[in-house]
Amino acid sequence: MYSFEPNEEQQMLIDAAGKFASAELRPAAHDAEENREMPKRLIDKGWELGVLQASTPEAYGGFGERSALTNVLALEEMAFGDLAGALAISTPALFAASILLGGSEAQKKEYLPKIVEGAWSPYSAALIEYAFDFDPNALKTSAQADGDAYLLNGEKAFVPFAKDAQALVVYANLDGATQGFIAQKDAAGLSVADEREKLMGLNALPMHRVKLENVRAERLGGADGCDFGLILASMQVASAAAALGVSKSALDHATNYAKEREAFGVKIAQKQAVAFMLAEMAVELEAIRLLVWEAAWKLDNGQADAQNAAYLAFVGACDMAMMITDRGVQIYGGHGYIRENPVELLMRNGRGFPMTLGLAIV
Amino acid sequence: MSIEFETPKPIAQMQTVLQSVAENMMRRTSREMDENEHAIPWDYVEFMHNAMRSMGGGGGLTVAEEKPSSLLPEGEGRKGEGEKRPPIGYQKLASQIEMLSWGDVGYYLITPGGGLGAAAVAAAGSPEQKEKFLARFNEEKPTYAAMCMTEPGAGSDTSAIRARAVLDEKTNEWVLNGEKIFVTGGDKSFTHYEQLGKGFIVVWASIDPSAKRAGMRAFVVEAGTPGVKVVKLEKKMGIRASDTAAISLVDARVPFENILGSPTVEKTTTGFKGAMATFDATRPLVAASGLGVGRAALEFLKEKLTENGVEIRYGLPRSKMTAIERDVIEMEIQLRSAWLLVLKAVWMADNKKPNALESSMSKVRAGDVVTKITQKAVEIMGPLGYSREFLLEKWFRDAKITDIYEGTGQINRLVVARHILGYSGSELR
Ligand SMILES: Cc1cc2nc3c(=O)[nH]c(=O)nc-3n(C[C@H](O)[C@H](O)[C@H](O)COP(=O)(O)OP(=O)(O)OC[C@H]3O[C@@H](n4cnc5c(N)ncnc54)[C@H](O)[C@@H]3O)c2cc1C
Repeated sequence: MYSFEPNEEQQMLIDAAGKFASAELRPAAHDAEENREMPKRLIDKGWELGVLQASTPEAYGGFGERSALTNVLALEEMAFGDLAGALAISTPALFAASILLGGSEAQKKEYLPKIVEGAWSPYSAALIEYAFDFDPNALKTSAQADGDAYLLNGEKAFVPFAKDAQALVVYANLDGATQGFIAQKDAAGLSVADEREKLMGLNALPMHRVKLENVRAERLGGADGCDFGLILASMQVASAAAALGVSKSALDHATNYAKEREAFGVKIAQKQAVAFMLAEMAVELEAIRLLVWEAAWKLDNGQADAQNAAYLAFVGACDMAMMITDRGVQIYGGHGYIRENPVELLMRNGRGFPMTLGLAIV
Repeated sequence: MSIEFETPKPIAQMQTVLQSVAENMMRRTSREMDENEHAIPWDYVEFMHNAMRSMGGGGGLTVAEEKPSSLLPEGEGRKGEGEKRPPIGYQKLASQIEMLSWGDVGYYLITPGGGLGAAAVAAAGSPEQKEKFLARFNEEKPTYAAMCMTEPGAGSDTSAIRARAVLDEKTNEWVLNGEKIFVTGGDKSFTHYEQLGKGFIVVWASIDPSAKRAGMRAFVVEAGTPGVKVVKLEKKMGIRASDTAAISLVDARVPFENILGSPTVEKTTTGFKGAMATFDATRPLVAASGLGVGRAALEFLKEKLTENGVEIRYGLPRSKMTAIERDVIEMEIQLRSAWLLVLKAVWMADNKKPNALESSMSKVRAGDVVTKITQKAVEIMGPLGYSREFLLEKWFRDAKITDIYEGTGQINRLVVARHILGYSGSELR
């Protein structure tokens, strides 16, 4: 059957996340970016919405089954409020969902309850590398078997909350394929740069480089490893969902502004050049939204082409976000270029999706 | 309810059947039909008519009235008490149209049935009118109907229509005068009623020009009505199997009861808006048709690339892709996301949700996507793309109409923009 209506539970989550995002994250976004800090109060409050908790089974301390689709719906809402805020709130999920998707039974039992049962605590993951040809399937950070454990060498970039993280899932190249490894905060050879990453956007999210020199780590999934394709697909769909939220926010701001702002005696929205931009933004957003939903649905239902669908949804969402956030600024004109106006930050965030794959997972 | 993307069984089964029709009846003669512009492929017409009749589809490509599942006999999809099968009539129709157009959109357009003419009767007619005018499509002979809105001086701006209808009170007949152009299926609906069944055209005309839109009405004009003549068959860039007629009406008389909607003019536009609502139902179907052409072109391109040893590697970051990989991957994204918009729009129609916004969205997207895909595919294939040895160049020509009829891309952008801005037609022209 085809259906485009969230179920009751999903709708409740959408409503709750949407309310939090509009009422709290959105008004805080500008200052958080300028101050380079997301207020802890908001992170805690976002955590209490319980998105991760609801997608972790009871056996591991949660109260539900994981659904990529449900998480996609929630993440779009949160990112509508603020991208950095949404990513900060869900950083522990980067670690937890990797374990849920690829971890061994023992790893699930060891880590998930710790993360899920309590308050927000910094667990994170490290996928990105600082290279123009960064490719999650061809990582430069390497892993080598050493007895029961593995030795990691290399450098990861853009690792959220790396300074405080209790443990990290580090993705590294093991014999030509990407695998996950669990590295502890105080492992010998693991050093987190003091300096924060300096990026075009996302400055409210503390991110650091992490150097790995013969760091001993446990393999995600135990001896057999994990299905990294599945983890990557979940990251791609998550990134796409966040792109939907950012784009929706830009469209929303631009629509309202165009109905207020006057030029040549009419509202600028009454000019076709502006109205058509808005129409195209709306069409693009809805089209890609459905593509992302379908990919998430395929992941949830174990469809054979799910991973390819996730990849396509991600690529499509990256283009969508750039197109829509760029037009958001265009519709504001000169005012769009001023940091006081929200579309400015949205455009900087809108460019980031291709580069920041790995900062979210569903 | 929950969000789901599983193709319903009846749709999947129907697709398999139609794919074989498309491959065996359409593709093989696509080129021939393209080069013999006004020929009628009787084999196809007869075959489709009989096939659709035997499937009990209510005649032609239409949304079959669905019986509530509680009325169905045991074993015919009847489920437990209280459980309702969700209606999928429009979803099925969109999928049929996509598949037939994947075969050949020209052929699809001449599939027997009521087409836009019957859609207008279904949307604006009384129960008696529906019974009188719509039964014929399920009779023995293939039968057509068409819709005549466009005039030489009135295309997108339908309020500029000049055709007039005046009531002759002595005979209680409407007297129609005007000139209509670009009538899809106009010739088959109006002139060929010896080989075919007797069809009709639905003509839009004003009963009170001072009332503007509020004075516009649609009239059912039976095939062969004196005073009405097909004066020209257009020669076109593509969809050449489909006849596009110019029709003149000079003192053409139709019975009083052939008017769709009220014979008197209230100073509101509700009647007109009601009829315009036909487009909410038909726009996603036109989008579906275009996307069938787009899929044909994309599949062909991928096949040829594979034949030539060009592999599309999925999963790479942008910076590592070749130009062709970028193009093909973008085409896939566009095609699929456009199709999902169509599905959503028809799913809304099936579930009786107002879908004017989604219908126009799907039409905007499809118009964009299929023109881009076919144009890009020809470009990538180089001389082979431009050659008439392959159907790709034909699909390029066929695809373009998607962005023009049933509301141009611009008109549908207006509809979308008005919806999201909450503007009326006068606030955003
Ligand atoms: C093959 C074919 C089959 C057709 N079948 C039928 C049929 O069965 N029945 C029928 O009634 N008609 C039919 N049409 C007509 C079709 O619907 C019209 O051609 C179409 O609506 C555009 O009208 P036009 O050609 O007069 O263009 P115009 O209205 O003159 O438009 C010219 C250009 O101006 C743009 N434009 C117009 N108004 C605006 C505006 N307000 N804002 C921005 N841009 C605007 C248009 O988008 C277009 O780009 C058919 C046409 C073709 C080519």
